[in-house]
Order: sequence, then structure tokens, then C-alpha cells
Amino acid sequence: MNRLPVLSLLLWMCAVFYIGIYLFVGGFLLVRLEVNRTSTCRDVLHPGEERGDFCHVKPRFRRAVLLIIDALKIDFARFDPAKATPRPYENKLPVLEETASSRPSHSRLYPFRADPPTTTMQRIKGFTTGSLPTFIDVGNNFASSAILEDNLIHQLGQIGKRVVFMGDDTWESLFPKKFYRSLPFPSFNVKDLHTVDNGILQHLYSTMVGEDWDVLVAHFLGVDHCGHRFGPDHPAMADKLTQMDGVIRSVIDRLQNDTLLVVMGDHGMTDTGDHGGESQKETDAAIFLYSPSPLFPGPPSQSEPDVVPQTDLVPTLALLLGVPIPYSSVGQVLLPLFPPHGKTEAAVGGLSQLEALWINAKQVNRFLETYSGMAKDIPPVSLSKLQDEFSRLSSDYLTAVREGRSPSPELAASLQAYLTSVRDTCRATWARFSPLKMATGLAILAFACLLCFILSELSCVLIRENGLLKAPVVAAVLVGVCVAAGQLFTQGYIEVAWCLAAAALSSELLFLWRAHRARTSAAAGNESKAPKRAGWLALRCLLVPPLLVPLLRCASLLSDSYVIAEGRVVTFLVFSLGLYIPIHLNWDGLLLPPSHDPLRPAGLLPSPVLSPSAVRKESSTLLACLGLLVGSLYLSLSFHGCREEQGYCQPSLFLSPLSRLQDSQLKNLHYVLSLASLGLWTYLLRRWLRHYGNLNSSGGTVFTARWILPLLSVCLGLHWAVSATPEDSFRNLAELISLAQLALPRTAFCLLELGLFLIWMDPLTVFVKIRAAAPARGSSLPPPRYRASTGISPQAELHHLIPQIYQRMRRSLEDGEVTGDAEPDNRPAVEAYGLGTVYSAPLLLFCGMLGIGLLLLHPEGMALSFLLLLLEMGALLHIHASSTTLNGLDGAHSGGFDVPWTPVVLWSLAATQFFHATGHLPTFPSIQWGAAFVGFPGGHTGTVLPALLVTLNTFASHILFAVGCPLLLFWPLVCEVRGSRGGRAGGEEGEDAVMEMRLRENPRQFGSALLQLSTRYLFIQGAQVFASVCAAAILRRHLMVWKVFAPKLMFEASGFLVSSVFLLVGVTLVLRVDMAVGRWFKRLLPDASR
Amino acid sequence: MWDHEIRAMASSHAIIASSVFMATVLPAVLVQGFSVYGTHLLWLYSVSGAVTVVNIAVFWLLGITPPTKKHTLGYKLSRLVRSCLYFLLSCLFYHTVVVLYGAPLIETALETFSLAVLLTSLTTLRCLCVLGPNVQAWIRVFSRHGAMSVWDTSLQITVACTVVGAWVGAFPIPLDWDRPWQVWPVSCSLGSVIGFLTGLVGAPAWIHYHRKQLTYKCK
Repeated sequence: MNRLPVLSLLLWMCAVFYIGIYLFVGGFLLVRLEVNRTSTCRDVLHPGEERGDFCHVKPRFRRAVLLIIDALKIDFARFDPAKATPRPYENKLPVLEETASSRPSHSRLYPFRADPPTTTMQRIKGFTTGSLPTFIDVGNNFASSAILEDNLIHQLGQIGKRVVFMGDDTWESLFPKKFYRSLPFPSFNVKDLHTVDNGILQHLYSTMVGEDWDVLVAHFLGVDHCGHRFGPDHPAMADKLTQMDGVIRSVIDRLQNDTLLVVMGDHGMTDTGDHGGESQKETDAAIFLYSPSPLFPGPPSQSEPDVVPQTDLVPTLALLLGVPIPYSSVGQVLLPLFPPHGKTEAAVGGLSQLEALWINAKQVNRFLETYSGMAKDIPPVSLSKLQDEFSRLSSDYLTAVREGRSPSPELAASLQAYLTSVRDTCRATWARFSPLKMATGLAILAFACLLCFILSELSCVLIRENGLLKAPVVAAVLVGVCVAAGQLFTQGYIEVAWCLAAAALSSELLFLWRAHRARTSAAAGNESKAPKRAGWLALRCLLVPPLLVPLLRCASLLSDSYVIAEGRVVTFLVFSLGLYIPIHLNWDGLLLPPSHDPLRPAGLLPSPVLSPSAVRKESSTLLACLGLLVGSLYLSLSFHGCREEQGYCQPSLFLSPLSRLQDSQLKNLHYVLSLASLGLWTYLLRRWLRHYGNLNSSGGTVFTARWILPLLSVCLGLHWAVSATPEDSFRNLAELISLAQLALPRTAFCLLELGLFLIWMDPLTVFVKIRAAAPARGSSLPPPRYRASTGISPQAELHHLIPQIYQRMRRSLEDGEVTGDAEPDNRPAVEAYGLGTVYSAPLLLFCGMLGIGLLLLHPEGMALSFLLLLLEMGALLHIHASSTTLNGLDGAHSGGFDVPWTPVVLWSLAATQFFHATGHLPTFPSIQWGAAFVGFPGGHTGTVLPALLVTLNTFASHILFAVGCPLLLFWPLVCEVRGSRGGRAGGEEGEDAVMEMRLRENPRQFGSALLQLSTRYLFIQGAQVFASVCAAAILRRHLMVWKVFAPKLMFEASGFLVSSVFLLVGVTLVLRVDMAVGRWFKRLLPDASR
Repeated sequence: MWDHEIRAMASSHAIIASSVFMATVLPAVLVQGFSVYGTHLLWLYSVSGAVTVVNIAVFWLLGITPPTKKHTLGYKLSRLVRSCLYFLLSCLFYHTVVVLYGAPLIETALETFSLAVLLTSLTTLRCLCVLGPNVQAWIRVFSRHGAMSVWDTSLQITVACTVVGAWVGAFPIPLDWDRPWQVWPVSCSLGSVIGFLTGLVGAPAWIHYHRKQLTYKCK
């Protein structure tokens, strides 16, 4: 087999896809430009007055305490005494309500609306800079880097305020060296509810009593971690909130008159305790303002805002503390905190409502001018409208101030309206796109899909071409370098994206041309038949159900409703295509044995290849497997998670980790179920290997199957048991438990790596038994002992013993008969166990090991779903094998090993189906972050490892199906019907099943079939990426684009990335086995003929 | 040569199609507050009842049903009983398939079963009328060379159209348009009835245009 062309073609194909995705994503998800200017005290913001320095005016508050309680949802902060039986998270912060009602002019509680994405780092950025976040920032949560934009902490430091910080260490990485004193505590470990909070409490009160601080920031994480770990509806949440209540009380008691207290949440949480999205449950946090001196002009009035946007905190705090508003803030001051015009008593100090608004508006206008000078992305129409509005307002205000009369109250309202419209304009523009890049990416992806299709249809022609890839690659390099040089010449710098685009496009077009030429030459060689109708026929072939189903699937990605219901849609399609197989077979009259109707002319039907009994057996296998497929499809529906859009939906019970379950009986039941499915998974794998005689030899793969696989399962089972034990139940064993939590998963990882490495290094599972030689050197391995040790019954041995009928080999053995080594009955002297499944055994074992490894990263309940995955894989493979046999398409007959579209489509749709059935969803809040802590309960130092673990967890089913994809090629050969050809073969007496050795007989067809199979798989995955890219491009102004289509695009693209990488891994493993088999034969031949 | 048969088929199909139409219109006149969406189950049962009755009457009058070997009363009775049994089993079969396709198992069991009854009366009943209670023959008919007469071909076409119609009818269910016909099982039953009507119209037309290619072995 020509291995190199297969691999290089696949690599090239994947590279083209990657470039297309890179370009499109680069044009679709743009980052907002950061303005690197800072406000200073000398900014002239006051009109007509000669206050040279803004900062030297005595501010309203000298000091402020910021208590940030992570994920303090507004529901947690409200207090409703009428509730008789509050839920664990309700009515646990009575201090807020008590203070607000007993001292109405001192305190107020508002809902505090965050801008999505509601992740902690984005929020900290948001409420310190006052700007709006962009979508691309989501990925930075693990690698939070310092904030470069102007922000509140920087401004406070500028005027010499001493900022003391304690709590979540994200702050420390965002504001390195900005704090007067800093006490960060590790935030990454979600399971740890108390370290950060207790750390803060140790220092909070002593710091407050002291005098060496002006602004105190304390960021508590316990509530958020409690939500992540247990969900809001859990007694632990009640404890945590009660603790926070006590903290707020103590802080209020220690406040002085010139101090402002702000208690706030940075975001909310969903009913399952997650956040990151933009549902109201996640965005609505609480903010509570309090000061021992009167803060508000009066009790709550009609003009109170219903909701406070999170950006508004920055200008409010800045003006209250007497620092300039950060340069890029687009928030507006919170008016109730400022006295109305004319009522400013000099004693209180500070600004009136109108003055504050004016300063605010001037700052926002300055930012707008600077920004529009730097970037041209704000539409000029709205920009000029905003500027006209501002100049009108400013002249109104200035004349009013100059004339000394009090400005009309409408002015305040129109200033507010101006600020709001600036914010809305910014929000609308910062979701902007680069249409050219997007179009180029789309074109490259479209060509890549087309190429993939052509490659899969013409694989046998194209693989024969020598140096097919040379020209495209050379062209790509040349064009890329040319474009780079041109850019360097004209612009002075290189934009990598455009070089890559030019390279990819040129190589694609060249390849298309070469493929066209190869086809025409091949067609000319074959005396092309009916070229005229070919086009029409080709179009009709495309509309058969196996391709109609992926088409529907792609079309479904264009509608938000179908994306939301994706799990069910895919299951529906898999089911439909599964049912299509027997119906189609029946339509061709192949499902039932042909009835012996004397009336029927014999010539009408193709002469029966298979005996009626064989047909009946295959049909019943097919129907049974279809039943299994349908069953696992139906059961897999019960493992789905829920999107926030699906209001009626209840997430699967198996999705929550065991430690969250409170009913111990239910816990035990779940544990036993998971353990049973894990055991069944291992048993089935070993059973299969044993059945085909692959467990006899002593190579690395067999060692893995015999020892590492069971050991790995045991490790996993123990790990589940340990992680499910409640923390407080075994106090005296706590150390042991924490050690086990560390050691067990790490052992499992090591075992997994060792096993995969061994499979890779020594993939052969063939046991050779030399008959004639046995008596001579049998002392080491006498046959009877061998039989006993493997436990194979003589009958099974007879059945699965694959004699060497491999033609060349037999001939060479017969040549060597001169030496008298062969047995007298002319049978070959060498027998090999497991040769028939030499390719599929290591691949299957690889898949199985990987499956257990991925299961380790999932919640325990998912073991059932993984078992279903294995069963569905088996069912699909058997259905494919049976239908191939029934169609009479065995390699022996047609000479090729082509895998038709139907099984490949089913295989790739099943990958998506199990993505959903393992509890994943294409949304960011549903990413199972817990996977990053398996084996690392103490958190990580780097970002690569946790990202890798989370990726492996998210795309587990994609990985398994991609690695297992080549199995589709082998399975019909594995399930070859023994003796079905006996009658036909006639003279050749006793032809034995040679199974996968057929592949070695036809290495060229093997290569082309492997290429075809993998390109078909890539095509279907790539078409899905293309469809979701189209959806994002067409619907980029859709209401749901950031909620549904953009996340779907990211997940689809990453899924493709992972799938293609692991497909390459699977194909490489097959090639590796092929190499090993070749070497083995070379070694065996001289050995046997000696 | 088959002009006579095609004409007979076209007219019988017209009668069946008009029965579907009548089953929609008559209750609207007679029953207060009747509508296809609002009182969907009523409509569904009236259509399946009408189609059942008309189908049986038409096929009995035309004498398409395969000739029975014996003419004893007992044999006829047993055929009748078997037909009823198959009808019921087919309802259960369709119910199972629809549930496996994703219909709620318990909450809307009645609606799902009604859809199964409708599908049965549109497909299985025709099989029963044309081929008799003989599952082997049913399976045989749905293969490329299985049709033995124009009636078999029309059976293939109408059954395929009905099933595909019901399948396509499931497509609008996830959409968030909040229309009354998106409620389970309205779209599916509408789809199957529309598919059935298409099949009724399409079968004679298709046979007419392909009459040159069609060859039946034993007719």
C-alpha cells in the first residue's frame, strides 16, 4: 500500500480546511480596539470655572469599601418575610433589606445588570474600565492578562489613594503592582468553597480598623464556587449566604462616616449554578450601596432606576471618590447618588446631578472622538448625529451656567439620553465584521468541501497519480511567499491571514485542475461511456437519501430553532437513515432469500450469490442490530443537557456528579449502574479480542488488553467511589481521600498513556504456531499447555484459526517443501491466530482505551451513555457489514473495499448525536469545567493542560468516532461469512476465510479505500462546518447570532479540528499496523521456509 | 392495454380523495366548533374512518382483493379476524415507531396513538384491501420487482407518499413560530394526509406515463 500519498493528501485536505476556518473566524470575531489613553486631573471638564485641578476638590467620600461577592444574584439579595419555607438561597441576606428599610436615605438595593459574557474576568474588566466587553474575550478566562486600558484602580493610584485588595487572584493578574497592598488567594479550584473567603476574613476587619487604606476591595468567591459545585438549591448555599450576611453586618458596624460601602455581585447564575451566557438569570446581579452619612437626598422615589447597568458603577464611584472618570468608560453616573441642582450644601462637598452628568457626558464625548479617530468602525451617520447632539447640549448647558440661572430639568434628561445612545451605538458597532475575510474564508471552505467530495469519488484514480500533491504544495508556497513579499513591499508589514488565504486558494485551484485532468485521462483510458448524461446522472445521485440526510443536517444549522433542538434533530436523522437501510435492501429484493417461484424467470434477478440460509442469517443480524441501534438512540435521548432557551426542559439526572446527589440510596444506585456499564465496556472489548484470537500472542497490544485495560477500569471505578464520598463523612480518612483523589486519576492517566504507547509501538496481535516444528522445539511451548492457558476451546480454535492461505506465502512455503518442513497433507505448516483481525484489533483496543480515558473526564453517570456509544458503534458496524454482505459487495467480488455513503453518514452523525448524549451542548456555559480538575484537585499553574482536558471532555464523542472511523472499512471483512463462497469457488476445496488479509492481497485498493473513507468522513464534517459558517455569515445581524450561531460555529469548528486530528491518528495507526504486518511477513517467510 | 384499469384506478382514487374532503367538510357543518386544529383528534378520526369505509367499499366493489381459495364462511371469517388483528398490530407498530422517533412516551399517548391509527388506515388498510392479510406479500410488494399489477404499483406509491409526508410533517415541530399546526401531532397528520392525497393523484398519473416501461410478470 502506498502509505505516503494517503497521509499527505489527508494532511493537505485538513490544512486547507483549517486555513478556511481561521480566515472566517478572524473576520467574524473581531476584538474592540483598546484606547490606551488615560484621563488626568488636569483634563478640563468643568465649564467656565477656573478649578484648574479636578482632583484637589474635596471629594464626597474619602474612603470606600467594595465587597464583591462573586455570583451574588439579585434573587439571593432580596428578602421576602412572607415566605414561610424559603429555598436554600432565599432570604439568607436579611441585612440588606433591614438596612434599606430602616435607613432609607443611607442605603439602597438595585438589580445590577452585567453585560454578557458573564464570566468573572470579563466582569472585573467591565466594572473597572467601564467599557463593554467583546465576544473574543471569553477565551481569556484562563490566561487573564493585565488590563492596559484606563481603569478605576489606575486612577485611584494616580491621585495617591491607597488601594488594598484581598480575595480572588484574578485581580492580581489583571492589575499587577497596582495595589498598595494585596492578598490574593487561588481562585481556580471550583471545588474549594472556603480558602478565599476565610483568607479574606482573616484580614478584612483588622485592615478596616487600621488607617493605612483608602479603598478596600474584597472579592469573595465562596458563593460562586458553591453554585458551580452544588447548584443554588443546596444547603451549602444557605450556609455560604448566611456567612456573607454576617460579613456585611460586621463591615457595616466598622464603617466610618466618610466611607462608602458597595456590596455587589459580578454576575448571577442559572438554576444549575453556571454562568457565562446572557440569560437574565446570569446577568442580573445585585448592588447594595450604604454609607453611615446620608447618601441619598431622600427615600426611594419614582425616578429610581429599575436596573443599574454594570458600566455605570465606574463613573459613579470615580466622581464620588473625586478621581477622573477612566478614559474609555461609556457608563453614566447613577443620578440618585447625587443631590439635585441647587441643593448642594458646601459641607457635603461633591457635585450636583447636572454637574456630574456634564462631566460624564464630556468624558464620553472625548472618548468617542478619540475612538472614531483611531478606528473607522462606528457608522459615520450615527457618529455625526451623536456629535451634533452633544454640541447642542453643551451650548445649552454652558449658556445656562454662564448666565447663572438653573438649567431646565429637561437638560438632565437629554444628557442621560445622550449617554444611553452612545452606549447603545458602541454596543452595536463592537460586534462588527470584516466581510472580505469572511468571504475569502467561505470560498476556501466551499472549495475544500468540493475537493473533499471529488477526492472521495475519484480516490482510486487519484491515488495512482504520482506526485499529485507536489504541484499544489509548491504553488501554495510560491504564491504565499509572493503575497508576503508584495505586502512587505507595499505596506511594510505582513498580514499572515492573507498570505495563507492566497496559498490555500491557489493550491486548491491547481489541485482541482489536476484532478480534472486525471479524471479525463482515466475516463479516456476506460472508453468513457455516455459523457453527456453524466452531469445529469451525477446530480441525481446526489439526491439519494444517504446524501439527502447530511444535506438536511446542514440546512438545519441555518435555523436557530433547529440548532437549539440539535440533539433531537440529529437523533431523528440517524434513526431515519438507519430505517432506510433495510427498506432499501428490501426494495432491491436482497433482504429476503429469493422465493423459488417456478413462474419467475430466472434471468430477471441476479443469480443468488448467497445461500438462502446465509441471507436469512444476515438479514436477522441486520434487523437485530437495527433494533440495538434504535434502542440506544432512544435511550441516549435521556442523557441530554438543557439549553437556557429550552425553558420546559429538565437536564438529565445523570449529568450531575455523584457528590451532588444527597439521597444516598440514589447515589449507590447510580454508582452501581456506572460501574456495571464500565465493566461491560471492558468485558465487551476483551470478549471481542478473545473471540477473534487476538489475545494469544505476547506483544504490547496484548499486554495492554490483558492487564492495562482491566487495571484502568479498576482505577476509574475506585476514583468514582472516592470522589463521591461526602467531605465530612470520614473525617479521620480525609488525608487518605485527598491523596486518593490525586493519585487515582493520575495513575489512570499514566496507564492510559502507557497502553496507547504500547499499542502504537507494537500493534501486532498475531500468534504464530508452527505445526511441524512443534515436536522439534516444542519444549518451550507444548500445544496442550498453550490451549489450556488461553482458554480457547478446540472448537473455537478450529473456527478462528486462520491458516496461511495467503497465496504468495503458500507458494513460497511449497517451494520450501524441499527441506521437508511442511506436513504431508500439503497443508501449510504455519498457522497464525488473530491474523484475520490484525488491523481492527489494535484500532478497536485503541478506541476502547481512549473511551475509558475520556470517561474519566466526565461525570460518573455518563458511563451509561458511553456504553450506549459503544453499543451503537457495534450496531452500526454490524449493520454495515450485513448490508455489504447482502449487497454482495464484498471485496472478493467487486475487487474494491469501498465504504458506501450511508454508513459513513451514520457514523459522523452519531458523533454529533453522542456529543449531545454525553451532556454537552454547543454553548459556552455548558462546558464542563470540572474536567480540568480530574487528577488536579489543587488547580493548575499553566493553561495548556486544563484547556487540553476540557477539550478532550467536550469532544469525547467526536474523538472516539473519528479514531474508530477506519473500522468501517474492516468490519465487512471481519464479519465475512465463512464458506458462503464454498459452492461458487467449486474446485478450490476448503477455501478459508481470510478476512483482513484480503486487504494485503490488494494493497492499492486498500489504500484508495482508506483514503476514500477518510475523505468521506472529512467531507461530512467539513460540510457541517461550512453550513454553520454560512449560518454565521448570513445571519450575522440576527437576534440570536451571539447566543446561538456564533457559539455553534465555534463548537463546530473546534469539533472539526479535533475530529480531523484524531481521524489522522486512526489512519496513521492503520498504516502503522500495515507496516508492522509487512515486516512480520518478511520475517516469517525465511523463518518458515528454513 | 391497461387503459381500462388506469381509468378505474383514477376514478376510485377520486372517490377516496373526495371522501377525505367530505370527512373534513361534513363535520364542520354538523358539529359545533369543529376545526382541523382545534378539535384535531375529531378530524383525524373522521378522516381515518371515512378513508377506511370508502377504501373497503371501493376495493370490494372493484374486486381487487385476491381471490380466496376457499369459499367457506369459516375461512372468510378467519380472514376477517386476521385482518382486524393486523390492523391493530399495525397501529401498535406505528405507535412504537413514532415514539422511537421522539414523541413523548406518556404525556401525549392518546395523540400519538391517534396518529398511528390514521397512518394505519392510510397505509396498512390499503395493503389489507389489495393483498389480503399476508405479511409476506406485503414485504414482497415493496421491492423493485415485487409489483404484480397496476394496483400493486399504486399501493407502493401511495404508501411511500403517506409515510414520507408524515416524516416531513415532523420538520416544523421544533420551529418557534407558535402556530396552531405545530402542535403535536397536527403537522404530522396533516403531512401524512397531504402525502396520501398526493399519492392518490400521483399514482395513476405516474402509471399512465410509464405504462410502456411497466411489465408485470403474471398478469
